[in-house]
Amino acid sequence: MNNAELLLDDPGWIITIKAVIVFAVCVVLTIMSVWGERRLVARMQMRVGPNRVGKFGLIQALADGVKLALKEDLIPAAADKVVFVIAPIISATAAFMAFAVMPMTGPVNFFGEETVMQLTDIPVGVLYVLATASVGVYGIVLAGWSSGSTYPLLGGLRSSAQVISYEIAMGLSLVSVFIYSGSMSTSSIVQAQQDTWWYGLVLFPSFVIYAISMVGETNRAPFDLAEAEGELVGGFHTEYSSLKFALFFLAEYVNIIAVSALATTLFLGGYHAIPGFGFTEQWLGGWFTLIWFFIKVLFFFFVFVWLRGTLPRLRYDQFMQFGWKVLIPVSLLWILVVATLRVISTTSQSRPVTFGFAGAVVLIVLAISTAFENSKKKRDSAEYPEAAEPNFAVPSLPSEITTINVSNQGGDRG
Amino acid sequence: MEPLLTIQGPEAMLFWVLAPLSVIAALGMLLVKKAVHSALLLAWVMITEAIFYIAQDALFLGIVQIIVYTGAVMMLFLFILMLVGVDSSDSLSETITGLRPIAITAALGFGGLLVSLLGRATLGREPVGLTVANAPGNVQGLAVLLFSKYVWPFEVVSALLITAAIGAMVLAHHQRTNIRPTQREQAVNRFRSGSLAGAAGLPGPGVFARHNAVDVPALLPDGTPAPSSISATLKARGDVIDSGQFQLDNVDTTVKEEK
Repeated sequence: MNNAELLLDDPGWIITIKAVIVFAVCVVLTIMSVWGERRLVARMQMRVGPNRVGKFGLIQALADGVKLALKEDLIPAAADKVVFVIAPIISATAAFMAFAVMPMTGPVNFFGEETVMQLTDIPVGVLYVLATASVGVYGIVLAGWSSGSTYPLLGGLRSSAQVISYEIAMGLSLVSVFIYSGSMSTSSIVQAQQDTWWYGLVLFPSFVIYAISMVGETNRAPFDLAEAEGELVGGFHTEYSSLKFALFFLAEYVNIIAVSALATTLFLGGYHAIPGFGFTEQWLGGWFTLIWFFIKVLFFFFVFVWLRGTLPRLRYDQFMQFGWKVLIPVSLLWILVVATLRVISTTSQSRPVTFGFAGAVVLIVLAISTAFENSKKKRDSAEYPEAAEPNFAVPSLPSEITTINVSNQGGDRG
Repeated sequence: MEPLLTIQGPEAMLFWVLAPLSVIAALGMLLVKKAVHSALLLAWVMITEAIFYIAQDALFLGIVQIIVYTGAVMMLFLFILMLVGVDSSDSLSETITGLRPIAITAALGFGGLLVSLLGRATLGREPVGLTVANAPGNVQGLAVLLFSKYVWPFEVVSALLITAAIGAMVLAHHQRTNIRPTQREQAVNRFRSGSLAGAAGLPGPGVFARHNAVDVPALLPDGTPAPSSISATLKARGDVIDSGQFQLDNVDTTVKEEK
């Protein structure tokens, strides 16, 4: 029995409980991940991070949430009031919706019903996630527009251009997964990876492209140009306060969890154990798969935090160039290769044909990278026009210093 | 006459809730003043349509409708609307005279064409029904049709779209007459230009303690205002406060008694 059949005979009350669970998982994960992110970033920057509220500061995020809720709710005079209120609601709602198609466990016993922890299983599940993501962007864009001031508008504009560009790359990176698994449903893709290796290995370039574009899609550092606090104050949410701001905050983290869950499902075998630990999937009556699922999701979350702690924000034009001139052409070429390999393997061509094709692809990639390196070298060695040495008035030094002695010994350098 | 199929239960409820909302939004799209509101209502109409598609077992169509139309096309519309202006409502004055009669004639002609075509359309063939159409699965059924029977129209449409996109790019493209200096070249030039005044960036505006607004020039050590500290845009707009009142001699430095 596959997931869709298991889900079909769910009674109404199980569906209701699952919906509540999906909601609760998102909210609790958000609260915990805000705390986790602050602690991790603090560790990376040699600080301590929040450690006062609760054990290890665990309920710091909850305290912050209460504080946000009790703050004054401002609506600027220049704002378009209806849209200003709707925008955060759209953003948060769309973020939660994406989680409905994520298969979180294998078959388990749920209050006497044989089922899987997945709210619904539709044949176009992955596209559904893309659709909710594209609706969620409306929240950001409309927030920018309706605030009635310049910085939010710039943030909204950036966000709309950014998400359209990176959604193309994201969609293209998913195509090769569809080609290999022969399905667009999340649960079938997880099943298909059981028969071969994880798609993260088989389709490594797709995995890399997806991983890059998911950071762009969720507006996270180093691609957080829509809020860019160094240049746009707060970007699209500059004018937001209190619970409306909290909704954007929530949406951002739920989105991160959702794209991480999708990456887990598509590329890292979903809820299945890592190879060699297959026996653990039977533990706790199958519920142990839930733990595997969240280990992988939290791994992606850790990478998100790691990126934020490591990389500076990109300049906007560099970011767009990277999307259009690198990610999209590369993923198109990769789809060509994958489709050809797929045709060769399904029509069971002879081995020399396969190897010949693979060799040709490797040669072409090598040639392209060599040409790219050469042009880069040429660019780097370009001469700058030498202007005359400027003559600045420099004060004369009080004494003639011939050598500078820096002692290696002593001092507090350890 | 028997109705072709009756809609019952949740599907009927979905229809009676969403259909009025959809129609109201469609009417609102025509009637609201601001262009962004109009675009928003259109996006809502598209989403409700997608929900109807999904309710009628056309899953793929519904989801793709949201991704392509709501997510990409309407988003581009919004992008353009924002670029044009935040609060510009459409002006109703004609910039080119004589367009109105032409537009009305064209609209009537198009309407007539549409009516005559729809009037002639016949539902000659018996519908095969959803179960047959979706037999290999909704997505697979669509894929088979798209890549066998309709592969030619499909390719023609995509060629047309690509031509349109490239045409737009060619029309909007302009060639640079000079080579744009890179960031590195700009940095080198700043230091090689003979004066170090602008090497570390231009001074920021504002006079601390009295004013720190962007329309107030900074004061140099000798008390004269620094013109380079004001944005050129503000200067051109005439939004700069007269810098003379900030010169050291003119500033009232007498300490007033606090109330």
